Amino acid sequence: MTTLEQRPVARAPLAAHQRGAAGRVAAAVSTPGGAIFVLAGLLLVATIVANPNFGDPGVIIRFLGRTAPIAIAAIGQYYVIVAGEFDLSMAAVISMQVVLAGNLIGDDVGRVLPVMALMLVLGAFIGLVNGLVTTLLQVPSFIVTLGMMLALSGLVAYLTGGAADGNPVDEFREIGRGGIQDVPVVDVIPYSLLIFLAIAVAASWLMRRPFGRSLIAAGDNPAAARFAGGSLVWLKTRAFILSSLSATVAGVLLVGYAGVHPSVGQGYEFSAITAVVLGGVLLGGGRGWVLSAAAGAFALELLFLFLTAVGVESTWRDTVQGLIIIAAVAIAGRAWTAGRRPRRAGTTPSTSRDEQPLPTPGTTTGDS
Amino acid sequence: MTSPSTSARLTGLSSTAIVYSVLALVIVVGGVLTALEGRNLFSAGSIQAILTTASVLGLIAIGQTLVILAGSLDLSVPFVVSLSSVLAASTMAGETGNIVPGVLIALVVAAAMGLVTGLVVALLHVHGFVASLGMGLVISGYLATNYAGSTGSAPRAFRLLGATYIGPVPLSTLVMLGIAVLATVMLLRTRTGLHLYAVGGNREVARLSGIRTAVPVVTAHVLCSMLAGVAGLLLLARLGVGQPTIGSQGDYDLMSIAAVVLGGTLLAGGKGNVIGTLGGVAIFAVLSQVMSALEVTSFLQDVIRGLVIVLAVAVYARREIERRPAPFDQLSAREALPGPDPALQETR
Amino acid sequence: MPEHEPVAPTTARDTPGSPLLRVRGVAKSFHGHRVLHGVDIDLRAGQVLGLVGENGAGKSTLMKILAGVHAPDEGSVEIDGSPVSFSHPVQAQHAGLSTVFQEFNLLPERTIAENIWLGREPRRRGLVDTARMARDTDALLADLGVTNVSARQRVRSLSVAEQQIVEIAKAVSFDARVIQMDEPTAALADHEVELLYGIIERLTSRGVAIVYVSHRLKEIFDLCDTITVLKDGAQVTTMPAAELDQAELVRLMVGRSISSFFPDKLPGTELGAARLELTGAGNGYVDRVDLTVRGGEIVGIAGLQGSGRTELLEAVFGVRPFSRGEMRVDGETRRTRSPRQAIRGGVAMVTEDRKATGLSLNQTILDNALGVVRSVFPGRTGEARRRVPGLLSSLEISARALDQEVQFLSGGNQQKVVLARWLATDPGVVLMDEPTRGIDVGAKHSIYELMRELASQGVAVLMVSSELPEVIGMSDRIVVMRDGRVAGELPAGATEERVLGLATGVTGVTPAPDAGHAPGRHTQEVAS
Repeated sequence: MTTLEQRPVARAPLAAHQRGAAGRVAAAVSTPGGAIFVLAGLLLVATIVANPNFGDPGVIIRFLGRTAPIAIAAIGQYYVIVAGEFDLSMAAVISMQVVLAGNLIGDDVGRVLPVMALMLVLGAFIGLVNGLVTTLLQVPSFIVTLGMMLALSGLVAYLTGGAADGNPVDEFREIGRGGIQDVPVVDVIPYSLLIFLAIAVAASWLMRRPFGRSLIAAGDNPAAARFAGGSLVWLKTRAFILSSLSATVAGVLLVGYAGVHPSVGQGYEFSAITAVVLGGVLLGGGRGWVLSAAAGAFALELLFLFLTAVGVESTWRDTVQGLIIIAAVAIAGRAWTAGRRPRRAGTTPSTSRDEQPLPTPGTTTGDS
Repeated sequence: MTSPSTSARLTGLSSTAIVYSVLALVIVVGGVLTALEGRNLFSAGSIQAILTTASVLGLIAIGQTLVILAGSLDLSVPFVVSLSSVLAASTMAGETGNIVPGVLIALVVAAAMGLVTGLVVALLHVHGFVASLGMGLVISGYLATNYAGSTGSAPRAFRLLGATYIGPVPLSTLVMLGIAVLATVMLLRTRTGLHLYAVGGNREVARLSGIRTAVPVVTAHVLCSMLAGVAGLLLLARLGVGQPTIGSQGDYDLMSIAAVVLGGTLLAGGKGNVIGTLGGVAIFAVLSQVMSALEVTSFLQDVIRGLVIVLAVAVYARREIERRPAPFDQLSAREALPGPDPALQETR
Repeated sequence: MPEHEPVAPTTARDTPGSPLLRVRGVAKSFHGHRVLHGVDIDLRAGQVLGLVGENGAGKSTLMKILAGVHAPDEGSVEIDGSPVSFSHPVQAQHAGLSTVFQEFNLLPERTIAENIWLGREPRRRGLVDTARMARDTDALLADLGVTNVSARQRVRSLSVAEQQIVEIAKAVSFDARVIQMDEPTAALADHEVELLYGIIERLTSRGVAIVYVSHRLKEIFDLCDTITVLKDGAQVTTMPAAELDQAELVRLMVGRSISSFFPDKLPGTELGAARLELTGAGNGYVDRVDLTVRGGEIVGIAGLQGSGRTELLEAVFGVRPFSRGEMRVDGETRRTRSPRQAIRGGVAMVTEDRKATGLSLNQTILDNALGVVRSVFPGRTGEARRRVPGLLSSLEISARALDQEVQFLSGGNQQKVVLARWLATDPGVVLMDEPTRGIDVGAKHSIYELMRELASQGVAVLMVSSELPEVIGMSDRIVVMRDGRVAGELPAGATEERVLGLATGVTGVTPAPDAGHAPGRHTQEVAS
């Protein structure tokens, strides 16, 4: 600590970063949010080794296109989770949108745009309801979104009678399954991948905006966010809206791949949550990067590809996801703190404990 | 110890009294509506259907009550129900002699699932919501891999369990009520039961009183899983075959939590009882019978159930926010003092 | 934690000469900072020892050591001549030493009986013997002279005083021979205090020894045989209550010279127009507050814990809005219902607990410093982003860079980040609740300098502090609160005795009332 007399009159402004560019990358990789990119790379290599066919750039790009809906769903789930909530209604939103598209568009090309607009409005509305009920009525979000899921799947069952329905016009399905043809090296660039990239760029821009930073701060410490003048109601509600809108976009893409069936989208809420926690985002909020969540989705799908390549049946998918969720939640918090701790004691004391600590009484188990 | 009448006298109308009043209202209104359709809610067949629905949901909700009282949550129950049903069915394979091993295997495996979830919650400090969500997915993957459709079969002797009635009351309902009595005794008259309330109410206070806080939490999870196992066995007895999706079709996770909350148990733990939960279960059972009698489409049924659940939690969340009166509250009562900022209560 | 030594239960009768509780040279440090230096206590059966001292004097550390919450670094504790050491509160209770803490350790949704016997419920044939539990509880309560509550009542249905009694009954139920009470009357009304006096008298007549901690000096004199004064972790004196009077006791508690540590008012600081005015303002926590803070002025709020200091700031800031009276900010009447509205009106609030309500610990310095601007004035984020680095360095923060997470900063530097996030909004009124709590001396000084600088720029500063030297050294005026109301106002440079006198309701500097009240006699506190 500097003594009062020797203190310089004015210090140089604080530097923006603790490390140089390379150091920052290294520091980022040592956190769960950065490590996921390395993990995704390793899984890609492992998959190629296990199944050499996968080394073909055309195969890889088609894989990326196929995974885009899950990655988009993961980005949507990210907003909600980083704010400290959950959205379990995502899969039901996807099914509903898929069925709506099938029923409303039908064979009429002219209806594609109005129906898509309607889908987006509906998606935003569902998110609005989820958000307002969670924040204003103070019902835990998992209950609200499970209730929403129940209601929406009822709607889907009602609309379809539980069976497959007519597919919408091919022009609409092209969005999900088509692409820019005759590209050198990769042969085709799927539209879904381009849509994903656009959403990823928009998402990472949004998370740097005041909204995004406030959302993370609110997830980290809601009371402090409240004292800072933030409106938790509107912040979290916007997160739910973004989540439902992402599910809507994922639904539009899935119509192309999978066609119209009430089971399309099933399990997406869990895949999205798994991808998000695999990307190092803390359940309970306040930590994690949006692109890591997307990378988590690709890593998850690569993991399943790899497991298939080494002979594990794809039906184990849920089990793998369940294990990842438990493990990630058990270790992620500690791993983040370790990864973000400043290296080497510099001029700063590295602990925040100069106040009188209050050790928790009786750390031993009291048997009497 | 705390019969509804005493607690009602001491604290105004108790939650249990409220839930049974609501139940009475639902029965009366439902009875009238059904009668207007020219049908009878109180016919033997209708009562049987209500009780059958109530016994399966009731078993699961009793377990869920224990877990919620301890301050945790179990979202894996639907998968444990399915697991128990297929394991027992494939072990029995139609042979009467295999009933006992089938039941034992189902219950032991269910208990093991609860044990793992409980240990993850108590020792790794993962919230019950996440731990049981993960556990449910783990089981779901196992089911998807090993059971494509209905599997095994229950011998006739076992199926009798689902087809025996004493008057209009199914045997399964009696089983459920017996277990409810046992659970109540446990909560009121055993140390584990009392400690379960203590841990759910305030973990730190429990710890400072010398309670090993992991014990009640793990016990609650094991019992909850076992009761879900019993529910799976009842469903097996009724259907005759093991069904890998029987649990998720019933939405037992959400329905059981809703019944518990509707029954006046605090979602955060530490307050509530099994009697109230049974009232919540009965409300859902009667509602669904009334809705089928009125031929409400399944879509609308789901929407109504979803609404009831969210509203129930919202109402109780409001009701249960504890407010110690501030010194000058009397002064401002007329001017409608807004409570402390709700957003801050999470942390205070 | 040290291994728990088996406690030999002694049944030997107390010989008149041997103390029941004997504490020798107990010392404790936290992270190299010594908070308790060698305290000695001798307490005989049936005696009441008063433990007094200012905030931070070491009272609670001593209590927690005796309660088995902390282990002492040095020194010994003996009960009835046998040395004891505890690693868990339950062990202390079984050794006959129970503690009634200030914050209740009761489960509101459980019955009185269930709370008292928690963790050691009597059993019969494998089941908990609830009948016996209820019987024993009623006997215990009757023994304390309490008959209007019953064992099977839920704790939540009890008044605060009744809950306090349940805590005491729980302590007694361990066959306690020594009972510590931490501010037992903090939440009680006057007639309820009488009840407590009666209980203490019953206990002492049965040979139970009491350690009584309170800020209310009247109670100390009413109840105690001996008084121990702690200051800055050291034992100042221990003497019979009869040899002390209140003024002398206050002098012993504070008797510290205020150094020239506090910076002087900056030249050119001018008293401006009123920026914050309260007229008859009140809500559930404070009542009839009249207060004006003018630009360029630092007003300190003093008062005991629970006197409504923090609640007053929170009311101004819209956290617990006023429901009566009028509030004017910069001359305009405002009905502030949320922090957001307060901030829009130019009010800032540095909260008491920066970790709970001040910062998002997992975020970087920059994100925290911009937190308020982003939430309330998102359009000004760019401008604030350019200002923040300079602002932080003018606060003399020592950190590596803007992208360091605040959880890794020291308390003082964290507090500077809190200040920066508020200064970035250019507030006209700055509310500060315990602005220097738990931070080192250097950081304290720069926060004091900052307060002076804000005043010189025409900002109105309203500060709450438990540290009397700080209130006296920094404030242009001192407002003292007691029981949710303004007890009085003192000019700059008032003595600690006068502040404490107003805060406790004791007419401090005037000749003290005759010492040596008989225990059990309770007279109405004199309003100032």
